[in-house]
Amino acid sequence: MTALAATVGQRPPVVDEPAAPGLATLVRVELRKSWDTRAGRWLLVTIGLVLLAVVALLLFAGDEGDRRFAGYLAATQLPIGVLLPVLGVLLVTSEWSQRTALTTFALVPRRSRVLTAKLLASTLLAVLGMIAAVVVSAVGTALTPALGDAAADWSLTGAQVGQVLLVEVVFLLGGVAFGMLFLSSPLAIVLYLALPTVFNLLVTTVGALHWVRDWLDLSTTTLPMFLGELDGQGWLRLATSTALWVVLPIVVGWVRIERAEIS
Amino acid sequence: MISIEHLTKRYGTHTAVDDVSFTCQPGTVTGFLGPNGAGKSTTLRALCGFTTPTSGMATVAGRRYRDLPNAGRRVGVLLDAGAQHSGRTGREVLALASSILGVPEERVDELLSTVGLAGRPAGKRVGQYSLGMRQRLGLAAALLGDPQVLVLDEPANGLDPDGIFWMRGLLRGFADRGGTVLLSSHLLREVEAVADQLVVIAGGRIVAQGGQQELLAGRGTLVRGPDRSALERALATARITVRPGAGDGLVADAPVDAVGRAVAAAGAVVTELRPGGGEGLEELFRTLTSAGTAEVAA
Repeated sequence: MTALAATVGQRPPVVDEPAAPGLATLVRVELRKSWDTRAGRWLLVTIGLVLLAVVALLLFAGDEGDRRFAGYLAATQLPIGVLLPVLGVLLVTSEWSQRTALTTFALVPRRSRVLTAKLLASTLLAVLGMIAAVVVSAVGTALTPALGDAAADWSLTGAQVGQVLLVEVVFLLGGVAFGMLFLSSPLAIVLYLALPTVFNLLVTTVGALHWVRDWLDLSTTTLPMFLGELDGQGWLRLATSTALWVVLPIVVGWVRIERAEIS
Repeated sequence: MISIEHLTKRYGTHTAVDDVSFTCQPGTVTGFLGPNGAGKSTTLRALCGFTTPTSGMATVAGRRYRDLPNAGRRVGVLLDAGAQHSGRTGREVLALASSILGVPEERVDELLSTVGLAGRPAGKRVGQYSLGMRQRLGLAAALLGDPQVLVLDEPANGLDPDGIFWMRGLLRGFADRGGTVLLSSHLLREVEAVADQLVVIAGGRIVAQGGQQELLAGRGTLVRGPDRSALERALATARITVRPGAGDGLVADAPVDAVGRAVAAAGAVVTELRPGGGEGLEELFRTLTSAGTAEVAA
């Protein structure tokens, strides 16, 4: 050791250890990350515009039976179900593709805290997506009488609202899950969109695999939820398919990230 | 303070870092030197919890990095200035960090002016930044939490000479206020002006460490004269070993007075006689790192 080190080698004075950032703070930071980049902002703007477009389309050209609050809400879920998960994918993968993980984990070295914050932030984003969908659907419903002779039909069950929200959460977490599993934006997005589609095609076409479709195909098991019609066994089927497409990749991805070398 | 103890990191059969130990004391700047691929970055990554060492320990203020509750308030880290989201503005990068650190947003403006990015550059996207600006931003992020320790990997990369001079002053000031600085570089010149201690790594192993003076001591005596072979004979007679120095000079493995006496006794003409290593540490660094893993007593 150097002579210099010996003379200045006293221990530093004991400083009060600054508290760790709370989970609420980390969730707020993750939410902010979803819109503070150019890509994130454009994705949110796109989601908003597509929402408006879908409702407008239904309003001007839709079947009369669908031009009611519940119908509009169901229709908005089509774009939301595809685009919001992409936001979820990017929430994880951008840390790798843009290499910000190096900053994120330098500030919060306990990686599981960051991952927990990302999952919670995604759930909140799903809630925000639901609120946007409800607002746009309400506008569509209010305008319906003005563009035809149909009266505004505001009927909507609590079950539909709850189940639609749940689908959004499941889909968004599915995006996060694929992001965690593949840690690459293009790979995760393509596989998130392609894998379930191929799976659905396979299990729907092959008769012998219909039981797989009924229990493990997420698009089949969530279908009744858009109108709030999930029944007793439906909940079980939702659980098994969610376990395969959401929980499993989250668990595998979580372990992978905990052990990953960040560079 | 930073303590690296017997740190080893293997990737398969390749040993990136081999039994590396050193400490960095408060109030000092440590230059971590070595050619590219010598194991500098791996050591720093292991210190900051980005990679798990195969064996050994790395601690900051007595704790493993992962066990620091609010790491950014203790240790300012800049391992790669390029690792920022290109679609985020410089200010936003710091604003995000300030939320996690729990420091007021005014710190962001303070640091932006400290590193010379206040005003228009702060509102630009990082994608439009030059490497030098990214280094400045990274340094601002590292300093944001007012840490006691700085860990910087090649912070001078991309900085212009003015920027390097500025950074030296900044790091010197940080250390003089009692901070601990560990910075790596593959260029000796970048650190020799600011470092109190040098740790030289090559092929994953520490080949030299100590204070600058200490490393230079015992590096022999440079002697030069019109008749080089006469000098060689004079020194051989005095049983002093020599090796070729810069140009037509010789480096004798003995103190200046002994060399002076030896050449005087032989009556050889001398035009230059001084302690070796006057070329700076550059030559030492080159010999050490090209010698690979050969141990050199410091």
